[in-house]
Amino acid sequence: MTDSKRFFALTLLAVVLHVPVSAQVDLSGSWAYRSLLGNVGGPRPVDYEGLPLNDAGRARALSYSESQLSMPERQCMFYAPTYLMIGPFGIKMWNETNPDSGITIAWKIAAWEDRAPMTIWMDGRPHPSKNAYHDKGGFTTGVWEHEILTTYTTHMKANMIRRNGTPSSDQTTMTVHFIRHDDLLTLTATVEDPIYLSEPIHWTRMFQLDPEAPIASAGPPCTQADEGPPEGAVPHYLPGKNPFIDEMTRLYNIPEEAVLGGAETMYPEFRKKIKDKYVIPGKCVRDCGTPTGR
Amino acid sequence: MAPRSNSTSRKSRSGWLLVAVAGLLSVPLADAQAPAAGRGGPPQSPKAAAPIDLTGYWVSVITEEWRYRMVTPGPGDYLLIPMTLEAKSVADAWDPAKDEAAGNQCKSYGAAGVMRLPERLHVTWQDDTTLRMDIDSGTQTRLYHFGDWKAPNGDATWQGDSLAQWERAGSLKITTTHLRGGYLRKNGVPYSENANLMEHYDVVHERNGETWMIVTTTVRDPRYLRLPYITAAQFKKEPDASRWDPTPCSSRW
Repeated sequence: MTDSKRFFALTLLAVVLHVPVSAQVDLSGSWAYRSLLGNVGGPRPVDYEGLPLNDAGRARALSYSESQLSMPERQCMFYAPTYLMIGPFGIKMWNETNPDSGITIAWKIAAWEDRAPMTIWMDGRPHPSKNAYHDKGGFTTGVWEHEILTTYTTHMKANMIRRNGTPSSDQTTMTVHFIRHDDLLTLTATVEDPIYLSEPIHWTRMFQLDPEAPIASAGPPCTQADEGPPEGAVPHYLPGKNPFIDEMTRLYNIPEEAVLGGAETMYPEFRKKIKDKYVIPGKCVRDCGTPTGR
Repeated sequence: MAPRSNSTSRKSRSGWLLVAVAGLLSVPLADAQAPAAGRGGPPQSPKAAAPIDLTGYWVSVITEEWRYRMVTPGPGDYLLIPMTLEAKSVADAWDPAKDEAAGNQCKSYGAAGVMRLPERLHVTWQDDTTLRMDIDSGTQTRLYHFGDWKAPNGDATWQGDSLAQWERAGSLKITTTHLRGGYLRKNGVPYSENANLMEHYDVVHERNGETWMIVTTTVRDPRYLRLPYITAAQFKKEPDASRWDPTPCSSRW
């Protein structure tokens, strides 16, 4: 064999053998939401347990009124890509390939009606300058780490990390690991925000492949409508005036120091701090999840 | 542009050859992530073949479903669990004092519920084919048996019999049966002795240097669950045992 032929044979072999190493898992398809988490219907307005909010984050969260979502300017604002981890929807994924080489250059995650589509660039391109425009979909790159797709998102718009106004700044970054086991897809994410969080927050949620319930590739168009707030007004609560601050305590006996969150509320030892203050509440009468059927 | 000399071309080609050979050599490295037997030698033990390191101390970090996990929720609060009506009737009769009197205060610390509790884990290799997980909450121990381990005859237990298998993806798959009936949630949502459990353990490394263990769990129980109950728990690696805090089972807290 000539040098030339040997070179091409070796190169071809290396490339062929490398394909399974760098693209082992097919993530394409419609993945139904399977996390039975507490936010299906949305959290209560002041429910920050397990969020590592710093003082600024807590103050900002307490100023939030859910009526802001009815403002014409905000009805079509969209959630940030962190909504992938806190929203109640399934996801649709597909890959886009270079037509010449067949190599995946990006994974796409379809939009929801309130979240922009995400593109996960797999071609090694760098993230833009920190001064670049922040898009609704952020800027995301991905790499395969064995059979786990690890993505990193920057350039998100300021938004929230729980659907009750707990804030995230435009400096927030998110790392997500996509882990597939047969028909289950686990997403586990670390979100860092130097403005509103005292330490990173970590979420994990599950999806299940569901070819019988295909998810649309694009959400419906958002149409603004008059939902009531007067033009020019921003619904909010002044410091100390949020009327929901004791709702979790009244309904579930959760002590206020837990309700208001903070990094310590994420860890087991926090239980010692509230042990003498918590009493098991009476029988559930509202949003109890009573089963139906057999 | 000047034509490339033969010498340059040969150097370039040699470079590509090196790249190609390096690529070839890297394939076995990647392949070795799978728990393959030693090539040409005796099979590797599950311990030696472990594609991920689960050993060490881990702390549960509870950022969602907080009021169902960090404290005992009130009776009748069953939101998010796909339970049957029969399960509801059992749960409606939940009485922690009765559990205590019957010596059943560990019902919420069984394998189908314990991984969702606030706790720390200590994972070690008990021997070459058994991974051991000590749990400080409720002072429980789970044993994951690799290979052709046969479960001993005997009564069902809180932690059941767990078979372990490394998966090619660098993940640990656990199948658990022979469980003593317990609680999925501390307020008495039951799983029966017919429940079985499938878990996947994965390890991910974060940009900030943290290492996390992710446990994805599917509980199937034809008696008390209408659908598979799929949950995940996340554990952050800790450097040492300084926060290890064994506590007994409790029916109320």
